[in-house]
Amino acid sequence: MADLKIKINQLEFKNPVLTASGTFGYGLEFDDFFDVNLLGGILVKATTNAKREGNPYPRMAETASGMLNAVGLQNKGVDYFVNEIYPLIKGYQTNVIANVSGSTIEDYIVVAEKMNELENIPAIELNISCPNVKQGGMAFGTSCASAQEVTKAIRKVYSKTLIVKLSPNVTNIAEIAKAVESEGADSVSLINTLLGMAINAETRKPILSTVTGGLSGPAIKPIALRMVWQVSKAVNIPIIGLGGIMNATDAIEFFLAGATAIQIGTANFIDPTVSLKVVNGINEYLDRHKFASINDIIGKLEVKN
Amino acid sequence: MKKYIIDFKVLENKKLNDQNTILVLQSDEKLPEILAGQFVEVLVEDSPSTFLRRPFSVHNVDFHENTLSLFIKIAGIGSKKLTNIEVGENLNLIFPLGNGFSIPNEGSALLIGGGCGIGPLLFLAKCLMENNVEPHIILGGRSKEDIFEVHEYSKYGTVHITTDDGSLGEKGFVTKHTIIDDPDIKFDIIYTCGPEIMMKAVAKMAKSKGIECEVSLENTMACGIGACLCCVTETIDGNKCVCTEGPVFNINDLKWQI
Ligand SMILES: Cc1cc2nc3c(=O)[nH]c(=O)nc-3n(C[C@H](O)[C@H](O)[C@H](O)COP(=O)(O)O)c2cc1C
Ligand code: FES
Repeated sequence: MADLKIKINQLEFKNPVLTASGTFGYGLEFDDFFDVNLLGGILVKATTNAKREGNPYPRMAETASGMLNAVGLQNKGVDYFVNEIYPLIKGYQTNVIANVSGSTIEDYIVVAEKMNELENIPAIELNISCPNVKQGGMAFGTSCASAQEVTKAIRKVYSKTLIVKLSPNVTNIAEIAKAVESEGADSVSLINTLLGMAINAETRKPILSTVTGGLSGPAIKPIALRMVWQVSKAVNIPIIGLGGIMNATDAIEFFLAGATAIQIGTANFIDPTVSLKVVNGINEYLDRHKFASINDIIGKLEVKN
Repeated sequence: MKKYIIDFKVLENKKLNDQNTILVLQSDEKLPEILAGQFVEVLVEDSPSTFLRRPFSVHNVDFHENTLSLFIKIAGIGSKKLTNIEVGENLNLIFPLGNGFSIPNEGSALLIGGGCGIGPLLFLAKCLMENNVEPHIILGGRSKEDIFEVHEYSKYGTVHITTDDGSLGEKGFVTKHTIIDDPDIKFDIIYTCGPEIMMKAVAKMAKSKGIECEVSLENTMACGIGACLCCVTETIDGNKCVCTEGPVFNINDLKWQI
């Protein structure tokens, strides 16, 4: 049994397997299937300041080895989260991390301040990379200046572990990562979904109500791996890697590329118990290759000069 | 209701024609409670283009034999693969999902189905009959080739048929069948499942007669368990997930222009 414990900032995780925001509900939806406390952490679905109805139907299109979504941050707002959802999830014996989204910097600040007060939410993930909203969202994550500005504002009001979730819809993701690191982010998670679209040729109409949406699943894994690799060369803070992870082997590839932890998203839809299988599979890999700890493989990709 | 992930064995693949099939699946384990109108998410393995699970409503359940059947119409690559599955193969299901139809304690019910929308109505008729409600079932189609399993439906209620071309039953649309205005029958509730245009016509008819009406909606789903919010429909209380707060909705809660 290898040691799977990792640390991000001062925060300890019993293992490096987390679930991705927007794909795991509040964790409660998975209680029937397995003990979610066995995971390293749960990223709950996005919370915004005000209630959001999200985008009209249809919001989903299946694509080759992946899917497009255009949910658009549907949620009941931060006060509802604090009063109604938090009491249901605060008893989890794993790191429950809030995903904070907004249209303006003020929105992000209000949500982050309220999350800071919640004892059993030890970290937030700042979502500056949602491609499915008209205002804000990804716009904050696609230029160094705006990514820096929002990180700086949140760092002032949020005292616990701050993770910033990066958008892949940029030319140079390493620059953005450096920019948020310089403003005090404790970690970066990447990648969010890639902007894509799907068309029905017979009807000559787009499939999604919003025309474009976010691509996730195995189709994006090679891009995610490349970006984790590039960012790991550029920053000193720990990286949380995600994008298309379906099994333990995929996860190992992310650790080798430089990720300290990983998140599982779309794969939860196909097998709701997949994250636990990934924990066990990582352990099996480490034992088989005689590594004592997960930390022994992080960033250990062997590249010829 | 607790949800399960269970492997079923294909006991029978009853091909109705080149477009429709009924799969009878058996579990080694005792089946949990399943309500009429609930659905399952089926894993279609080994194909990158059928990446997500496929939702199908429960067509029938036999709790003694631990069998569950699905009515499958080919709608794409995933359903096509399923219609060609061999007896003895395994299928992995997540179930029971969704809310189910409401079942009254007495009276008469009218069930109206078209296309593969007749799927959930068999198990519904069975549950109604077991609850002392008298089911009348209208099966609609373009022609007699679209009408299936009449003998099965007849086990649990009185079957009525309409076809667009009059090749079987009454000629015309489901909402025009003479049983609807039969002065000897007072329907307490109407259930419908099928193409949206048909369900809307049924809803309109039910509303004009002041009869309760429940519809079973389809939607594009990714998870089927309320985790992704991909499957919403507009209701008077805002967007609701078809997979957890549906698939069955009372028409008064929907924002349909009828
Ligand atoms: C249906 C759906 C909803 C999502 N919602 C959010 C969200 O609210 N906040 C967020 O930061 N990312 C969201 N994402 C992105 C995922 O967290 C993740 O970054 C992305 O799906 C890539 O990982 P995967 O390929 O493992 O799914 C969503 C993804 C999907 C498929
Ligand atoms: S399909 Fe995921 S919430 Fe309904």
